[in-house]
Amino acid sequence: MLTMPIPDAEVIARRAEIATDLRQIVPGEGVVEAPIQMRAFETDGLTAYRQLPLVVVLPETTAQVSDILKYAHEKGIKVVPRGAGTSLSGGALPLADGILLGMAKFNRVLEIDYANRCAVVQPGVTNLAITKAVEHKGFYYAPDPSSQIACTIGGNVAENSGGVHCLKYGLTANNVLGIEMVLITGEVIRLGGKHLDSEGYDLLGLMTGSEGLLGVVTEVTVRILQKPETARAVLVGFPTSEDAGQCVADIISAGIIPGGMEMMDRPAIHAAEEFVHADYPLDVEALLIVELDGPQVEVDHLISRVSHIATANKSTTLRISASEEERLLFWAGRKAAFPAVGRISPDYLCMDGTIPRKRLPDVLQGMAELSLRYRLRVANVFHAGDGNLHPLILYDANDPDELDRAEAFGADILRLCVKVGGVLTGEHGVGIEKRDLMPEMFSEADLAQQMRVKCAFDAQGLLNPGKVFPTLHRCAELGRMHVKGGDLPFPEIPRF
Amino acid sequence: MVDILRPTTERELAEIAQAANTPLEIIGTGTKRGLGRPSESSRHVDMSSFSGVIAYEPEELILDVAAGTRLSEVESLIAARGQQLAFEPPDYSALLGSAHSGTVGGLVACNLAGPRRIKAGAARDHILGVRGVTGAGDIFKAGARVVKNVTGYDLPKLLTGSWGTLAAMTSVILKVLPAPETEETVVLTGLDDGQAVNAMSLAMQSPCEVSGAAHLPGEATYLRLEGIAPSVSYRRDQLAKLLKKPIEVLAAKNSAMKWRSIRDGACFIDRHDHPVWKISVAPSEAPELIRILKERTNLRYIFDWAGGLVWIEVPPAPDAHAAVVRSALSNGHATLIRAPEATRATVDVFHPQPQALAALSARVKESFDPRHILNPGRMYRGI
Repeated sequence: MLTMPIPDAEVIARRAEIATDLRQIVPGEGVVEAPIQMRAFETDGLTAYRQLPLVVVLPETTAQVSDILKYAHEKGIKVVPRGAGTSLSGGALPLADGILLGMAKFNRVLEIDYANRCAVVQPGVTNLAITKAVEHKGFYYAPDPSSQIACTIGGNVAENSGGVHCLKYGLTANNVLGIEMVLITGEVIRLGGKHLDSEGYDLLGLMTGSEGLLGVVTEVTVRILQKPETARAVLVGFPTSEDAGQCVADIISAGIIPGGMEMMDRPAIHAAEEFVHADYPLDVEALLIVELDGPQVEVDHLISRVSHIATANKSTTLRISASEEERLLFWAGRKAAFPAVGRISPDYLCMDGTIPRKRLPDVLQGMAELSLRYRLRVANVFHAGDGNLHPLILYDANDPDELDRAEAFGADILRLCVKVGGVLTGEHGVGIEKRDLMPEMFSEADLAQQMRVKCAFDAQGLLNPGKVFPTLHRCAELGRMHVKGGDLPFPEIPRF
Repeated sequence: MVDILRPTTERELAEIAQAANTPLEIIGTGTKRGLGRPSESSRHVDMSSFSGVIAYEPEELILDVAAGTRLSEVESLIAARGQQLAFEPPDYSALLGSAHSGTVGGLVACNLAGPRRIKAGAARDHILGVRGVTGAGDIFKAGARVVKNVTGYDLPKLLTGSWGTLAAMTSVILKVLPAPETEETVVLTGLDDGQAVNAMSLAMQSPCEVSGAAHLPGEATYLRLEGIAPSVSYRRDQLAKLLKKPIEVLAAKNSAMKWRSIRDGACFIDRHDHPVWKISVAPSEAPELIRILKERTNLRYIFDWAGGLVWIEVPPAPDAHAAVVRSALSNGHATLIRAPEATRATVDVFHPQPQALAALSARVKESFDPRHILNPGRMYRGI
């Protein structure tokens, strides 16, 4: 189990006083302190971890957010920002001695500006609601994390969320034009807007994916795109994952960037097929869905090229969607892969590494060996175009030993990803889940530099502490902590 | 007397930074010394030893390259495999009177991008990783050789466009993408600024995937389409229907030439004493901005990025007309691209920031470079 920083008993003792003070800023129901009501906030998408917050505050205006943060800063109280609480890495896990700052009431679409192809929304608006607000004009918001029905755009900015279409259309960072945010001091700043690029440092780029450690987003301007004219998909089965991987490499080498390119391994194919009956072939080791979008003439042309490439890579099944219904059916199994796995196991852990695609067969082989060693099943879905792997580790949370084994298995998978040249997380964030694995990927000097950037925003370390970084440092100490010759000047600093 | 230091390894570069007690100017080939505020450093760190391609994997879409490698070398290498840097790196050598297009490190440090910015993003959207040495002399890396990664803060984006004020980059990892098989440009003539921005907006709101939208007043309005041939011709016909105006078409070669000249600011290379600004605005605000500016000064201008990027050239003036330009702007930002060194030393080359943001920028600078030894003053005074 992961551990969190030891709560400050002195702060916990002042809980009632802090709640009273917060009511001065956000009156009425905006402050929640009854434990039974705070239960709703005790966990996020990483459900193995639960913690009641000190107190919950639900502001409605930027001025209130500013006052809350200013208050927390003056009193030295920790703050955990939260959107819809769908983080899979524990990014919104509360702290016993921290204010939980819920942004759910920031739920309005403020402006839709078709002429400038953007929308200005509050951070509590859900990802899908942005698309819903503009789709009658044929527009959509491109990043589509699978939690898009629930997750908020503020959370998407915090995590730099991706989705199935991000190889072609980019992550959140590539689709956000501007934000308004509040620093821990209560200062309100605006980064970007309806125009492109920054006059100075790209702090918008830095904020995107900073996991709630640098500031609280109170408004977001996103780019909206016109929907492609049409989309068609090819469903291809392969006798080996090597063949499927080579097919993906050949498609990209041929200059084709599909709108989506997803792979599933045998256990995922079988679980999905049993659940949604998408008519997936069951005698294959890997299944690839390649979706091409754009004008009809382009899609037809590229579908035929992709089919040739698949055939040349020894595909054993190849179906081309002939109708929109059939295209959606191809996707139905993939989109239901997580709940499908949920049907065959009481619980699962969803991992999120990225690897160089060419190493896929090695990583799948390594995972099969780990599966035997940890005595736990694993199913894989894979954003094949960008190398983002989602192994689903099946376990039973009621058996503490299984949770420990599942976590250790997951950690070993991520170590394997780093070992082959990949990374710990492609789109879910570090949070608490991968926090202690950060040294697998980064040296002490790499991490110290990231933490010094954190200090530039939050010198007291009050925003979302215990997430992302495996150690807590005082900023004054980091200022002196320059690593010379690979020797760490403060080796005695405690790790969690 | 300028002292030139030539580190050949990251360790040597780190030792130089650690030992430095006076500012250092980080130099690739020096082609961008005419951009930004002038250097305040009397010592140069020549990064040319950090040169060469470290890894190029076309099927993984990644290029890992030492920062001092020439951009032209990298572009030929990837073009041979049918790939490109999709953000369309500009070549300002003619505009600024420099020898060539410079190094990859310089390109990233300045976050430059061409007309395809509106579809593909800027350098900041294509950087995947970086290695470098901070002003404190720490060797660090961020990012990795994969196209999708959210592990830790996105320091590669932060360093992109930081003008060497945070770290001396030794290598960068860039996302490379397939180059389009062909291109065509739809040309509209006779439009005034407002009509042109409306036409460009209409085109950008269509599913035609316009990858360049520029208006050269008195000349024409240009809309670029790229991709496979049947798709390009189909979208050209769709655009013509949508715009309800007679169009002309530039075929591939002429189209490429036209966009290269727009990309490189070629309209402004003939009057070297005239200051040039690049102004980033919401596209729909561009015509009104020009209307106001015309009341206050003479100018030549073009719109790129569907109106979102306004290039203007103004007559020589002690402040390069900074006050006029900036007071006409309600949102967005104006950057002085070409002006004499003395002007760039006194005028805010980069758009001034509100106090809280400026203070945050200064703290970010100090988190990398606490003693202000890397390119101090190249962006803002005191940064």
